Amino acid sequence: MARKLPRKDAVIIGLGWTGSILAHTLCDAGLDVVAIERGPWRDTASDFQISYAQDELRYRLQHELFLRPAQTSVTFRNNASQTALPVRNWGAFMLGNGVGGGGVHWNAETFRFLPTDFIARSHLTQRYGEKFLPEDMTIQDWGITYDDLEPHYDQFEYLCGTSGTAGNLQGKIQDGGNPFEGARSRPYPTPAQKQGYGHTLFAEAAKQLGYKPYPQPSGNLSRAYTNPLGVSLGQCTFCGFCEWFGCANYSKATPQTTILPVLLRNPNFEARTECEVMRINLDNTGKRATGVTYVDSSGEEFEQPADLVLLCAFQLFNVQLLLLSGIGTPYDPQTGKGQIGRNFTHQTISTAVGFFDKDKYNFNPFIASGSIGFCIDEFNGDNFDHSQLGFVGGGYIGQVRTNGRPLESMAVPPGTPAWGAKWKQALRDNYLSSVICGAACHASFYSYRDVYLDLDPTYKDRFGRPLLRMTIDFHDNEIKMSAFLTDKYAEILQKMGAKQVVKQPRKGPYDVTDYQTSHLCGGAIMGDNPGNSALNRYLQSWDVPNLFVQGASAYPQNAGYNPTGTVGALAFWSAAAIRSQYLKNPGPLVHA
Amino acid sequence: MNGTAYQMNRRQLLGSTAVALLLSSRAVRATVVKGGLPWKPGAGDPPTVVTPGGWHYFTTQEAAAVEALVDRLIPPDPGTPGGKECGCAVFIDRQLAGPYGRNEDLYMMGPFQQGTKQQGPQSPLTAAQQYRKALVALDSACRDKYDGKRFAELSDEQKDEVIKGLEDGSFKLDGFDGQSFFTLILTDTRNGFLADPIYGGNKDMAAWKMIGFPGTHYDYRDWIDRHNERVTLPTVGIRNHPNWSR
Repeated sequence: MARKLPRKDAVIIGLGWTGSILAHTLCDAGLDVVAIERGPWRDTASDFQISYAQDELRYRLQHELFLRPAQTSVTFRNNASQTALPVRNWGAFMLGNGVGGGGVHWNAETFRFLPTDFIARSHLTQRYGEKFLPEDMTIQDWGITYDDLEPHYDQFEYLCGTSGTAGNLQGKIQDGGNPFEGARSRPYPTPAQKQGYGHTLFAEAAKQLGYKPYPQPSGNLSRAYTNPLGVSLGQCTFCGFCEWFGCANYSKATPQTTILPVLLRNPNFEARTECEVMRINLDNTGKRATGVTYVDSSGEEFEQPADLVLLCAFQLFNVQLLLLSGIGTPYDPQTGKGQIGRNFTHQTISTAVGFFDKDKYNFNPFIASGSIGFCIDEFNGDNFDHSQLGFVGGGYIGQVRTNGRPLESMAVPPGTPAWGAKWKQALRDNYLSSVICGAACHASFYSYRDVYLDLDPTYKDRFGRPLLRMTIDFHDNEIKMSAFLTDKYAEILQKMGAKQVVKQPRKGPYDVTDYQTSHLCGGAIMGDNPGNSALNRYLQSWDVPNLFVQGASAYPQNAGYNPTGTVGALAFWSAAAIRSQYLKNPGPLVHA
Repeated sequence: MNGTAYQMNRRQLLGSTAVALLLSSRAVRATVVKGGLPWKPGAGDPPTVVTPGGWHYFTTQEAAAVEALVDRLIPPDPGTPGGKECGCAVFIDRQLAGPYGRNEDLYMMGPFQQGTKQQGPQSPLTAAQQYRKALVALDSACRDKYDGKRFAELSDEQKDEVIKGLEDGSFKLDGFDGQSFFTLILTDTRNGFLADPIYGGNKDMAAWKMIGFPGTHYDYRDWIDRHNERVTLPTVGIRNHPNWSR
């Protein structure tokens, strides 16, 4: 029997980027807020110490900062004819754990989506006709526009201190930036980072081929910065241990380095860590959340009543909690009806490896930040004519190599044995002179009728709750797109002077052991009516209006960029609507 | 594993939040963070450094086979020692004796059933159990084929023949999939060779020196603009620096 705790104004499930942003806004508005976080407290000084943070085995190979599959996992299958089996060790994606969430271990690539990304279906059908999209593709418009989000992208970037070069300032195209980006109201808070040899060589080659390379927008800061909350970050030192690692240098934008120090000083705020939410409780109408039930690390169960519930967990666990709590209608792939679990997407990642003459090229790949490098946007979104290509979507292409960590940098030319003297020699000959960049082609993953999430009928978590089941595969559209982008990247590598280029376009089937970014999206998507979405444009549940669901689970489909910039912008957008509209008049902000 | 968050006792929790309903004879074990960033002196969770000497998991016989295997997977050459001298077998032994060997962090609830390649490994055996089973089967298969000799007793050519057979599936082990054992030990051997020396392999950072990785420097700001230059900094590890006495 759960012990009932005193009521709070708001309960937040998960204290990562979105939980921190929502908590800060609501505490600032005078609400009494508690955040319930499954993982431990983490902070720079104690957990990401400079004397041992650079440990590839511990943090990269053995996933120290991440959720353990032993705590909970998901099951996976490519299609409904297969039996889903549990993901016993992480591979295709990594799930954060603890305060800061994915904001601790990310590379800090801080992109905005293209204006057309938010109106994907109407834009593409208008340009290419109703019949152009594959029949089973279920992409849709978001219910908001780039212009709605622009002030909140700005807010997130200025919270983080993002380093970059503007490409479009209030409608004027700027040299050195991304000319395809939506208009931004002001420049990035800090200038772009310095670049390594391989990155610079890529930009030169891309320019020679007629492209307009721009520095990747980076949450690893080019210089010291104090954000509007008064929290200071330091200059990135290019240590090469960014993604998968905590930053010991206070130079990666994370909840810890931008917002938590201020939030924790607010007397209205309290965090309870190592507490896992079991479900969101509803009253007997099923239309109002009464709070959450959670279990602490000793196994004791508590009920936390609250007037407002903010679901701020990772995408998969947002969807799982909605299903476990009986909120909304589970998606049925046969009928296409039901919203919870629908339009699940990931990212389509591919690359090519460039092998260069070792006597002429020394890339020092270990000198890098998490979001260093140059990109081109000529083949992202609908920035290029798709009418003859047989696919829609695209991605940025970039030499955005983030590290030379040895265990992740073992590229050897094709034909090299996997072991023995020849392997050893090839490793020796190619480490400094090859360009390997896992996510060189960082492309969209559009939504399909048969790619979805539901509860697994067999496998359970340690509390006996059903695991979430992923049914996912690549479709021809994404396979063709990946081949196209990989060819373009390979041409640039060739132009850089590579003596051998080995293309690695994405091919199916989707493989849960093969890392593809942690950009899982959808499953509780936003939209303009309850018939096509779980949430309205303010991330408010259509079914339970005192519940807001944050994060990339709201994306109707995934664009060709890293998702965190948009996650942050949506959190600020949703927080502003709660503060300025919902708190004055609690109830649906959009009437269906 | 985490030293920062403080466990509040009941009195502290009540004092700071006035939560009367939490009154109970039991201490409340939820970790509550409120009123400022939690901090306590000396907090941190540094890694446990492997000390050489003896075997923590392997039997002597298993250790002989693994030392022989790692030294063929990564053979010595005039520039760099091989897998054995670099400590790859010690690395694997210590890994198997710890959480990795026990599959402590992995999802290990049943039912277990074989799936597609894309669904990933589904073995009910832990990594340590897999080694034990495979190594017994390896020696037994070698004795059958090579006049009663165990793997460690074979010539280098014979050892390579066996490893190639494991790799391509032609050298069968009784009761264990030789190809998956090949993948397992190759991955662990490379990890030992190239991971920080604190874990027992990569002795004297030999592998890092071989490829030109200068190790765990924290600051390359002086080098970011020096394109196409060989970095001349000394190689350093988490606990290894040329200027530190050891």
